[in-house]
Amino acid sequence: MSNKIKFKIDGVTCEAEKGQYIVDAAWENGIYIPTLCNIPGIKPQGSCRICTVNINGRPMTACTTPLLDGMEIENDIPEIREIRKAIIESLFVEGNHFCPACEKSGNCMLQALAYRFQMMAPRFPYSFPVKGVDASHPKIIKDQNRCILCKRCIKSIKDEDGKSIFAFYGRGHKLRVHVDPELADKLTDELAQKAMDVCPVGSILVKEKGFDVPIGKRAYDNVPIGSDIEGNK
Amino acid sequence: MSRKITIEPVTRVEGHGKVTIHIDHEGKVTQTRLHIVEFRGFERFVQGRPYWEAPVLVQRLCGICPVSHHLAAAKALDVIVGAGTGDGLTPTGEKMRRLMHYGQFFQSHVLHFFHLVSPDLLFGVDGDPAIRNIIGVAMKHKDLAVQGVMMRKFGQEVIKVTAGKKIHGTGAIPGGINKNLSIEERDFLLKGDDPLNAEKMVEWAQGALDFFKGYHKANKDFIDNFSRFPSSSMSLVREDGALDIYHGLLRAVDADGKKILNDIDCQDYLKYVGEEVKNWSYMKFPYLLALGETNGWYRVGPLARLNTCDFIPSPLAQKEFEIFKAYTNGKPNDMCMHYHWARLIETLHAAEMIRELLNDSDLQGDDLVTKGTKQKEGVGLLEAPRGTLFHHYRINDDDQIEMANLIVSTTNNNIPMNNAVNYVATREMTGNHEITEGMMNAVEVAIRAYDPCLSCATHAMGKMPLEIKLYDENDNLISKKFK
Ligand code: SF4
Repeated sequence: MSNKIKFKIDGVTCEAEKGQYIVDAAWENGIYIPTLCNIPGIKPQGSCRICTVNINGRPMTACTTPLLDGMEIENDIPEIREIRKAIIESLFVEGNHFCPACEKSGNCMLQALAYRFQMMAPRFPYSFPVKGVDASHPKIIKDQNRCILCKRCIKSIKDEDGKSIFAFYGRGHKLRVHVDPELADKLTDELAQKAMDVCPVGSILVKEKGFDVPIGKRAYDNVPIGSDIEGNK
Repeated sequence: MSRKITIEPVTRVEGHGKVTIHIDHEGKVTQTRLHIVEFRGFERFVQGRPYWEAPVLVQRLCGICPVSHHLAAAKALDVIVGAGTGDGLTPTGEKMRRLMHYGQFFQSHVLHFFHLVSPDLLFGVDGDPAIRNIIGVAMKHKDLAVQGVMMRKFGQEVIKVTAGKKIHGTGAIPGGINKNLSIEERDFLLKGDDPLNAEKMVEWAQGALDFFKGYHKANKDFIDNFSRFPSSSMSLVREDGALDIYHGLLRAVDADGKKILNDIDCQDYLKYVGEEVKNWSYMKFPYLLALGETNGWYRVGPLARLNTCDFIPSPLAQKEFEIFKAYTNGKPNDMCMHYHWARLIETLHAAEMIRELLNDSDLQGDDLVTKGTKQKEGVGLLEAPRGTLFHHYRINDDDQIEMANLIVSTTNNNIPMNNAVNYVATREMTGNHEITEGMMNAVEVAIRAYDPCLSCATHAMGKMPLEIKLYDENDNLISKKFK
């Protein structure tokens, strides 16, 4: 027996497997719900809230909510777009993001979302936090100014025993992601590159290379983020 | 009783400058100073950043010639990544960068001549400010204005295909370049629809030069004698003495043409060039160590380059160079307004070089980056449109920049510009207790010849906010004029 169920996003009837996370189901149906902390295939955590949608009238994170039969989801509506824009703006003001000199520019999910949601000047005051740069690891630089604490690196970069090579240190406004000193030598070249790729911003940088993809060939130079998903329609 | 006059701000220069003039009770000028009161701080805030970020970060120093900073930083980092200097790069790497630089040179020189200088030439230095601007040029001399705009556009397109963007691109990376030139990009510039192609640019550059020469003939006294004073000249030259704006050895000649800096390796610049700090300006005062702070100053930029080099390695510009040299019987040229002449010869050279490079198949190569044994320190020099540009970086064991020293072109011209202001003030103010319109204009024209990068495009839009203040010996403001 098929497990397919029907649900609606912005009035459009869609079909997906029962129990699928809403984000995955929407994407399969060619509807883009933005994500930032989420990594397909890894257990979601709903920490960044950028995927907020209205489910049966209530705002919830689409990456952590399993699909139920007949769900009515509101995604691309002014109210939700405004919530997402506010989240993006808050991420900008909580760090020090100087895109013009950032090597992730053009490949950065946060920047791409800011463009997609047409962020101009943030509504919140800049906090200009003092966060520093940790360049002590021989393979990577961890620029804390740009870290959005999304945990993507912690969740996906593991050694052969399954232990996370990146970890949280500190609490509150002093919370930082660092390489676990005990596992520092487990960060191979390959994992370092993977960590840089999985970082949605320019916080993890593989040393001694950068700006090697010319402008025009970077991920979001020519099409807005989410275009690939909308192309699945 | 002595008095002090302040002219503030100086316009049509990038940024903010002011001039003070001290006169004694007889109205004799006793001291003039060009104060640069802006502070950028780039040397400080690149500290701690990953070294490969520098070319993209420091180019933000400027919106007119960012490519110069981009490339000078990349050249310094070439040394750090062990690619060496000059021919250490792959042919594609080096030639793409050269193309970028010639494109930048071309657009910057064109901007200066057409947008900033041509209004003075066409309408006279004392012409009505309401029309003495690029809009006025566009109304009365449409062809010239169109050429200015299109030539600048062409230069910007060259930058775009090499750096990815017309302003603040990313092309040069330590050890090379991040892209080559596609056939489509090449043909766009080489065979583009009229007038946007390399051939037309050469023709128009020659035309602009001929226009200036015609003006010179009719206004000999002004062009030859306005703000004229002897000086040493410094620039890079190719190993064989040719003009080379991208790479070379550092040479300086004195006012008689005698070499006072004999083709030194740029990595050693600190052994020969010092910088003096004065408490009245944020801009430092570079000088040749061997000659000391008082006598070691020099000019840089177009005029200086044509004084130091032995020849220009492109045929049309070389022909013009010979005429230029013959005018002073082969001696260094000390005529301030001849900066414009030299700048236009260089514009022609840049157009010729762009045309030549576009025909070079090395630009389609795939070998883009070279690396070797890593170094902790590197120096990159090049000739920016406004003169010799020095970038010097040292990194720590963690690949972060720990020291940066930049000597920008305009800084190199600090004393010459001060002298130029002094010349004008002495001529205009001596025995004159009134601040005249003519004096304000003359100060601007003298400074502008150096195309300083404290400059802004204000004049181009026809406004010239200029403030002069006159003080008595007790620093009491006794007169003020603003326009
Ligand atoms: S990480 Fe992204 S948003 Fe932050 S500075 Fe870099 S490009 Fe901009």
